Amino acid sequence: MENILGFFLQHREAIFIVILSVFLGIEVISHVPAILHTPLMSGANAIHGVVIIGAIIVMGHAETTGSMILGFLAVVLGTLNVVGGFVVTDRMLEMFKKKK
Amino acid sequence: MLNFNGMDNMSQFPYGISVMEITYVVASVLFILGLKMLSHPLTARRGNILAAFGMGFAIIATILFHKKDGEPIGNIPWILAAIIIGTVIGWIIAKKVKMTAMPQLVSFFNGMGGAAAALISMMEFPHVSSDLIARQGMANGQVLAILLGLMIGTISWAGSMIAFGKLDGWIGDLRIRSLKYVNIAILILLIGFIVFIMTRDVEAASELTHWIYIMFAVAVIYGVLFVMPIGGADMPVVISLLNSFTGVAAAMGGFLYNNQAMLTGGILVGSAGSILTVLMCKAMNRSLLNVIVGVFGGGGQSGLEATGSIKEITLSDAAVLLSYSKKVVIVPGYGLAVAQAQHICHELDKILDEKGVEVRYAIHPVAGRMPGHMNVLLAEADVPYEQLIESDEINPDLPNTDVVVVIGANDVVNPAAEDDPSSPIYGMPIVKARNARNIIVMKRGMGKGYAAIENLLFFDNKTRMLFGDAKSSLQNLVNEVKSL
Repeated sequence: MENILGFFLQHREAIFIVILSVFLGIEVISHVPAILHTPLMSGANAIHGVVIIGAIIVMGHAETTGSMILGFLAVVLGTLNVVGGFVVTDRMLEMFKKKK
Repeated sequence: MLNFNGMDNMSQFPYGISVMEITYVVASVLFILGLKMLSHPLTARRGNILAAFGMGFAIIATILFHKKDGEPIGNIPWILAAIIIGTVIGWIIAKKVKMTAMPQLVSFFNGMGGAAAALISMMEFPHVSSDLIARQGMANGQVLAILLGLMIGTISWAGSMIAFGKLDGWIGDLRIRSLKYVNIAILILLIGFIVFIMTRDVEAASELTHWIYIMFAVAVIYGVLFVMPIGGADMPVVISLLNSFTGVAAAMGGFLYNNQAMLTGGILVGSAGSILTVLMCKAMNRSLLNVIVGVFGGGGQSGLEATGSIKEITLSDAAVLLSYSKKVVIVPGYGLAVAQAQHICHELDKILDEKGVEVRYAIHPVAGRMPGHMNVLLAEADVPYEQLIESDEINPDLPNTDVVVVIGANDVVNPAAEDDPSSPIYGMPIVKARNARNIIVMKRGMGKGYAAIENLLFFDNKTRMLFGDAKSSLQNLVNEVKSL
């Protein structure tokens, strides 16, 4: 019990952010028209590419060759997620045009 | 996180860290604004670009200012090289791929993010500080974040790759009823691994590294088996679910590094992705649990028998029927996408428009392979989005519609969803095509839809079939209408 309470106390800021972000995510998305589901999914997909920051941190402190290789791979994959995600979303949205 | 206790030496105010944290706040705001703007057609494109800027800022700030135990980021040339490689490859793939291949591409990029999260966890695990372990044992927040990040990231990666393969058509469905029990067992095993690792009494986490690799392997198996049995119409739901998984995995990294940008970005996508998943399930009138453990399609035998017969229509009759109608509604489906017929379809609607026919499109939320798939395709062909009407909105107007043209859609117009309680799609909202005065169905053959169930609409007295590839049929139809 003490452990669990201590865990909450220690990580209260992160837990706070998590809870608020959960509500925010639901609120932001719940009024989206079906027409935008695919681009929205794709855009959200690009945003979780933020994992690349973790990859950069790991790579930035890698010391052994093995961790260098894995870190390099992680940064490449994270970049693929970010760049591919945003470019694809943009390509989809480029096609939504208003009737003249 | 800014540590004021560490600022005994006031001349050493950590400007860099402050700038980085402020940038993270800006990035988080841009992510939120971006998502918000993405949910409106007029602002969507700007929203996407805004979020991309947020990401760029966060990346640059991390490279320039991040410090771990006072150490700045090293290996910068390698990091930049990796970013350049990723950018070039990602850009090329994203620009080259055909619009019909969009769903699998999203799945592919999603998998990349999951893999990155899993790699981070694998590399950070041996480096959990031994002070922390001495104080709290292995059962601490960092280890939990690492293990969850590994598990969720790996499942997301393996699952996304299978989903990618399935949508691309080189992996088939695996439908074994006992598979769900196997999957539940593996899931329990994975949670068991987490409990096991966190209750070990060790001095350094590196003593347990081999368990991490075993856990990784099991998570790969789970990810593969999780997606293998899911097919057809449920694919979008799975991609959306895996998308939110990757978000959660990224958030675990944020937790680990106390990095607010990763935390907000990850959780935002995690929750938005989950709600999107639920919305998609609702559109098909199924529960998420049903999608994940249920074996869809093939099983349900229709309780209703087909009465009446299939009646074909000639091209010229179809052309006349369409040209002399007042109101026409086109119901596009995946058949339109595979035949790449969206441009010629728009041509048909323009020609009819010139003849004074009002043409609209009825968009079912799950038509195609992804929600909104049809919108994207038709938008590519320059169909103005005001002409695309959601099925709920257009249904009341269908009885006043002269002709409904169903192009390569099947399950989304299947009346069994309303009439036949034994049908697997019973209760799914549909485009009520049968209420229209005439129905023309363009189809390649009498094959069943993705849900593999009979469609009584095709046997309706008002229905006429126009067999053939959607693209050539539409092309011929356009020529016929022109020559009238």
